[in-house]
Amino acid sequence: MSRRIRILVPIALGIAVLAAWEILVRHFDVPRYVLPAPSAIWQAFLENFDALMAATWTTLWITIVAYILSVVVGVALAVVFSLSRTVEMALFPYAIILQVTPVVAIAPIISIWFGYDRINDVLLLLAWIVAFFPILANTTIGLRSADHNLIDLFRLYGASRWQILLRLQLPGALPYLLGAMKISGGLALIGAVVAEFAAGSGTATGLAWLLTLATRNLHMATAFAALALLSALGILIFFALSGLEWLLLHRWHESAVKKTL
Amino acid sequence: MAARCLLALAGISKTFDNGTEAIADLSLTVNDGEFVSLVGPSGCGKSTALRIIAGLLSPGSGTIEWSGERPEIGFVFQEPTLMPWADALGNARLPLVLKGIPRADADARAKDALAQVGLADFANAYPRELSGGMKMRVSIARALAAEPRLLLMDEPFAALDEFTRQSLNDDLLRLWAEHGLTVIFVTHSVYESAYLSSRVAVMTPRPGRVAAGIALDPNRVRNAEYRLSPAFADDARRISTALRSAMG
Repeated sequence: MSRRIRILVPIALGIAVLAAWEILVRHFDVPRYVLPAPSAIWQAFLENFDALMAATWTTLWITIVAYILSVVVGVALAVVFSLSRTVEMALFPYAIILQVTPVVAIAPIISIWFGYDRINDVLLLLAWIVAFFPILANTTIGLRSADHNLIDLFRLYGASRWQILLRLQLPGALPYLLGAMKISGGLALIGAVVAEFAAGSGTATGLAWLLTLATRNLHMATAFAALALLSALGILIFFALSGLEWLLLHRWHESAVKKTL
Repeated sequence: MAARCLLALAGISKTFDNGTEAIADLSLTVNDGEFVSLVGPSGCGKSTALRIIAGLLSPGSGTIEWSGERPEIGFVFQEPTLMPWADALGNARLPLVLKGIPRADADARAKDALAQVGLADFANAYPRELSGGMKMRVSIARALAAEPRLLLMDEPFAALDEFTRQSLNDDLLRLWAEHGLTVIFVTHSVYESAYLSSRVAVMTPRPGRVAAGIALDPNRVRNAEYRLSPAFADDARRISTALRSAMG
């Protein structure tokens, strides 16, 4: 299938769904507080543009910082794990506990610890908790997956532990890391939004709070506009990370090479 | 003039942690400039012996003696064992980079090594863009780049088609002669050992030891015609017979 068709088909489908939505809402006269028509959502988007953009920026900022922190800490910890089985044995169970504890359950506790005046720090921490584990788990496996014969070859030529890490283990772990980064990108956004819902405070000013406020006041059109922005953020993050993956892997890794099955 | 001994393995044994006794009382002497093939059934400890010589495994008992300092060693595995993220030049350069040789010098030597294996035009190709035979050539170029005196090869051509294998056999013989290398070549192919070697060490089944040493005429001309000659068939027959009697 040509590239143009692959882009045009989903766009055409999207337009058709929006048109059908618009027609059906008008035809059946569905109340705006139940399901607003796309035109009404667009109207609400324009009317609340400044508030929506400010909220989007807040959510995006928390997502990006939490994401960068999860990549940095996840990779650093994975490197430590690959260097020492003892450290891994000691810390990995706690990383799993952090992962399996629902963020909605710990959000109120962390909010109290930090205080509601530092709600962005709370959101940051919660989003980090959600996004961090895939990076740690995947990178640890990636660092361990180095070809044993290549490790022998490095040793034969007198490579230091540091050279083995930098020249063999880290490049080999790159596909694992990039796969995890794609998952964590979405998770950081979900974490930021869920944390904001869970923190449940008017001091947070991201999209989740705007969504909460809009639904409470039955401003469904604004809620849908906020929802659309959240989806757009998610898609943007996914494509940005897919682009990064392609950039780093397309010359050598099978996963990024075009093929027909 | 008697050939100078490069290394002597005496009474080498190796038992792995899982209790597998890979080799027992293996003794082998390799002279400077020899091409010695280790031939034996699968699992007889050929690869283990090679790794012990390379210093990648320590023997359980026995000694390895080098005449003088341990020489520079090149190692070629059964698989090409290339770094997929590096192009052919990056792979061939690896030993030099690890030894801290400046990049320009390392590049020149790696390019020269690639040219010697016929891959001068593929320096910037990634492993996934190369055929099986070409990948193996990069692997050999990488071993040559470090300018080794001793080349250890662990069934390097076992996975290749017959035509590529024969072509690489001839290239290997050329490089062996040009560089004055000493080669220890592990194979389970009687014919390959008969074609390549100046001496064949036949090993017993596990736990492996050298059961017989068969010297071959070092001055024979090896080419396509030789592969069809009675002399070649005779060499192969001698090795086969020794192998059969080693199997017990």
